[in-house]
Amino acid sequence: MSLNFGFFKTSLRIICANRLAATGALIILLFVLLALAAPTMMRLHLLGDPNQLNLNGLDKDGMPRSPGHGYLLGSDNLGRDVLSRVIYGARVSLLVGVASMLTATLIGVTVGLLSGLYGGKLDLALMRFTEMNLTIPSILLAMAFTSLIGDNGRIMHLHPAALPWHFLDVTLKRGLLSVFLVIGFVSWPGMARIVRAQVLGVKEREFVLAARALGASHWRLIWRHLLPNILPTVIVLAAMTTANTILLEAGLGYLGIGVPPPAPDWGTMITEGQPYFATAPHLVIVPGVAIVLTVLAFNVLGQGLQEQMGPRQRP
Amino acid sequence: MSEALLEVKSLKVQFPVEAGPLTRSKDFVRAVDDVSFSIEPGETVGLVGESGCGKTTLGRAVIRLVEPTAGQVIFEGQDLARLKGAALRAQRRKFQMIFQDPYASLNPRARVENIIGEALDIHHLAPNSTARRQRVESLLKDVGLDPSHAHRYPHEFSGGQRQRIGIARALAVEPKLIVCDEPVSALDVSVQAQIVNLLRDLQQEHGIAYLFVAHDLAVVRHISRRILVMYLGRIVETGEARAVCQSPRHPYTQALISAVPVVDPNSKRQRIILAGDVPSPIHPPAGCPFHPRCPVAEARCKTEVPALRETAPGRRVACHLAK
Repeated sequence: MSLNFGFFKTSLRIICANRLAATGALIILLFVLLALAAPTMMRLHLLGDPNQLNLNGLDKDGMPRSPGHGYLLGSDNLGRDVLSRVIYGARVSLLVGVASMLTATLIGVTVGLLSGLYGGKLDLALMRFTEMNLTIPSILLAMAFTSLIGDNGRIMHLHPAALPWHFLDVTLKRGLLSVFLVIGFVSWPGMARIVRAQVLGVKEREFVLAARALGASHWRLIWRHLLPNILPTVIVLAAMTTANTILLEAGLGYLGIGVPPPAPDWGTMITEGQPYFATAPHLVIVPGVAIVLTVLAFNVLGQGLQEQMGPRQRP
Repeated sequence: MSEALLEVKSLKVQFPVEAGPLTRSKDFVRAVDDVSFSIEPGETVGLVGESGCGKTTLGRAVIRLVEPTAGQVIFEGQDLARLKGAALRAQRRKFQMIFQDPYASLNPRARVENIIGEALDIHHLAPNSTARRQRVESLLKDVGLDPSHAHRYPHEFSGGQRQRIGIARALAVEPKLIVCDEPVSALDVSVQAQIVNLLRDLQQEHGIAYLFVAHDLAVVRHISRRILVMYLGRIVETGEARAVCQSPRHPYTQALISAVPVVDPNSKRQRIILAGDVPSPIHPPAGCPFHPRCPVAEARCKTEVPALRETAPGRRVACHLAK
């Protein structure tokens, strides 16, 4: 039956077996392919330069052009190609979305595992800290973190205060890195709580007792017994978290504290297009649809995976 | 009496009752209360009692899967209750456990070769991967499974086969004692006999001692040399298996034995039906823990706790009235 199924083969089988998951995965795949191919398409002149200011892109009144007129999805207030910007925007959104999901997963799984496995005072401390984070809306917390970094960047002293190891001083500037770190740092609490609950369930199962009776180290318990058995949950949560991180990234962009311009970013595009909504609604609608589609795709993928992996435990 | 392999001395296991996040709990569940017994090398000791009487906790406390609150567990002259960290981990080779539910006791995400091989890995018993594979295959053969099944996952096996895998895992480290925690009660009756016979064959071959926990007296009588009868965290009667089953001295054991079905339809054995429920182990009754349900209880049973005293050679009963 299950002879040597590779991880990817298994994933593919699970995704294909569920219509929801397949739909979500297909949309994500489309965006990923477009994002990856963008520079090549630009070199082949299939796609305009997303940052090229172009007077031809404006009509005789100096207003953005609507779709058609040489621009498939119109042009923006600076005469830049909207199609190109939205595709380049996918690079930013997906990169930040996935990177912050990975950050959040790393923190969430670590906190949840430690909390669930060791219990006691550590559990109490970690869970109260997690709940504290949960009470603050993540966009508010992300704004606070962003303002900590500031416009000019912030020097992070990664060495103990007593030691003069200045080579460990890192300047964190506002950019892709800072944005995904910020989003990652505010998106982990939900993950931590669910992982903890899962660990509490798995660690009482008899196979974990059996491993303890054999004298397995905590390291072995975590890697061989706990993690493989909570993996399905983590994967589902990761997909759902990605939907949230992408939304949050667009939200920060919209508020003007995301990835700084002129980098094409869906949230920033909406802000920039807002004043022209009456005459050029495509400036808001196009990036808006892109955000909705990706967020929906990740949500649907997560939901499909949950349906597929939930009831039965598959190896 | 020869040197004991395991000697348990007034072992107590108590669990605090969850009172609230900030209040300190005052009540304790006395799951195991002042239990003493010993096991000799290569012998089987049966441990019987009804659900919730602390059998499983006792079995787990003996091999330190549950922390004992007080008392000693002396295994080959070393007190396991006091061992820590690496020293305890090294000792774990010598005692293993077989679990009740074969559907929960095997990691669903590991192949059989790794479930059994993990035991070898932890104690560095296989110098290389070839030796490891050969050892896993020979263990599978020992428990009556096909060595070619090593690559399969647990969900591809039946309950009885899974239990055999669990036994192979326990055997892998060549233990001297195996705690069998109701190893057959989750299996079909036809499979139960196979597993019990397998356990007995393995015992004869390897000289392993068993602490055989079960609620099924018929199974325990079949495999055990001696029996411990447990009620509400305490041992109420011990002795040779045959003697305990034929002439039980403690009223609780008498009721237990009378509940075993008899094949002879003309048998006139009288069934002793106990009234009431098992009292709460949080607030056990004063005096003899069995007195509220005991058909022959006297006044002093309500105040004096009966000690486990020897009534005949090799026979001990915790009852004021037993002779």
